[in-house]
Amino acid sequence: MSFKIASSPHQHNQRSTAQIMFMVALACLPGIAVQAVLFGYGVLVQLALAIVTAWCSEALVLKLRGKAVLVRLKDHSALLTAVLLAIAIPPYAPWWIIVIGTAFAIIMVKQLYGGLGNNLFNPAMAGYVLLLVSFPLQMTQWLPPLSLQSIELAPWDAVCAVFSQYSCSGFSLTQLQTSIDGVTMATPLDTLRTDLSRGLTLDESRQNPVFYGFAGAGWLWLNLAYLAGGLLLIQQKIISWRIPVAVLSSLFVLSAIAALATPDTIAGPLFHLFSGGTMLAAFFIATDPVSASTTNTGRLCYGALIGLLVFLIRNFGGYPDAYAFAILLANMAVPLIDYYTRPRTYGHRTRSELK
Amino acid sequence: MSQFKDLTLQGLWKNNPGLVQLLGLCPLLAVTATVTNALGLGAATLLVLLGSNVAVSLVRNHVANEIRIPVFVLIIASLVTAVELLMNAYTYDLYLSLGIFIPLIVTNCAIIGRAEAFASKNAVLPSAIDGIMMGLGFMLVLLVLGAMREILGQGTLFDGADLLLGDWAKALRIELFSVDSHFLLAMLPPGAFLGMGLLIALKNVIDNKLKQKQAIEKGSIARARVTGAAQ
Repeated sequence: MSFKIASSPHQHNQRSTAQIMFMVALACLPGIAVQAVLFGYGVLVQLALAIVTAWCSEALVLKLRGKAVLVRLKDHSALLTAVLLAIAIPPYAPWWIIVIGTAFAIIMVKQLYGGLGNNLFNPAMAGYVLLLVSFPLQMTQWLPPLSLQSIELAPWDAVCAVFSQYSCSGFSLTQLQTSIDGVTMATPLDTLRTDLSRGLTLDESRQNPVFYGFAGAGWLWLNLAYLAGGLLLIQQKIISWRIPVAVLSSLFVLSAIAALATPDTIAGPLFHLFSGGTMLAAFFIATDPVSASTTNTGRLCYGALIGLLVFLIRNFGGYPDAYAFAILLANMAVPLIDYYTRPRTYGHRTRSELK
Repeated sequence: MSQFKDLTLQGLWKNNPGLVQLLGLCPLLAVTATVTNALGLGAATLLVLLGSNVAVSLVRNHVANEIRIPVFVLIIASLVTAVELLMNAYTYDLYLSLGIFIPLIVTNCAIIGRAEAFASKNAVLPSAIDGIMMGLGFMLVLLVLGAMREILGQGTLFDGADLLLGDWAKALRIELFSVDSHFLLAMLPPGAFLGMGLLIALKNVIDNKLKQKQAIEKGSIARARVTGAAQ
């Protein structure tokens, strides 16, 4: 008879890293489906490109480092990075955008730091920032939802557009971005930002057709889909509720106060919560177990910091959306946050008792 | 002769100011967006380093130990001023594009470091050679980094070389590939840090390979030496 010897914690759930990563990727599916239906099938092409690039670059570096390739590919962490990056970038960005971004995320941000578990920064978001800083034009060409486009896009147009920047029938992306009235349309956050800088008030900007409902056409459904996926992850106890709740509530409170103070220039909390990448970032990206804070109090601080940074950059910074920057900046603060929020170990005295 | 060889090896490889001592990183990272800028600043630094090493070595026995640092700084500052005026006169466009980084050569730690660690303890000739070799080592790193960033960033080499070398140098410009959208990161400061990190990693890889190949005598400690060659 043999005794199984294991170190603490002695309570297990039987999930492996691979299962967790795969569940997170699966939980993205509702969002991906909504994006494909409302914004066209470009996202599927990007996903395929990203996953292939991620696997190739991961295998290449593992080979160079002399590690077992297949074992580590099967932990699905490269897959998840690829999925997150592919749904974060504009669905019709040229093919080399996603290839460069994914390769950078896997090789430089993850493997050069020592592979899964050792990376300081969230690989997908570091890749996104690289792309946003290097190729600002391509990274801001979000087509409006299909319902607003004046030119119909067939499913196979997605492939043509990603690889040649022209639809199969020969329309350029700029033409596709143009509404029936000949006005170029961007994302709601982008439109709002441009309009405010032109001196329009919030209400005047809201006349634009990209603002349908309170969050912007298509974007509300997209965020609701990611919210559903995220709630599933919390229910399955794969992610902790603390980070998403802290991100969302700090963004909500800050934008509510600001919108009450200056209603003409700052959009309300519901707009901020359901536009751009809020739900995707709060539930799927900020909760990355490697680069996020690991203590319970720390997670609340970390999430609140992200919400604060997003609020500041969206309203007063240089970019329309800010999750990538906010998460990277918060990643840098994680060691400090973890240091100051270490929980009391059982049997040791509390800080007040020591005094 | 062996001293000359040793100084050369130290300056160019073993104790390279850019890759090993990591001195003067501010100009190194800031101006290496193109090969031309790198060459201009590298040459200016080389001149100042040579001049300061010679001057410091000449006065080394007449300066009281307590005030040597201010004296060294004065010498370096006057040399930098001279170089700045020369560049202003003969390579005006480059002078404009390098901007604040020419006067900032004064604060380049590689220069005061060599003055303190080597020139203040050695005769004129070795000091001059040390200045040249350290300057060359620094310039080489600048050039390699500049070439990497220029190729990645805009697909060219020697773009704007005529600013430094005169009109004939326009022929030097090589267009390796042309793309509609430049890889901006390579031209921005983060690209410089990434490139620098990769260069240092590459040097360490080469060193390790050499070490394995030769299986050098034991006891050699791989450690960055900032204080100059042991005498």
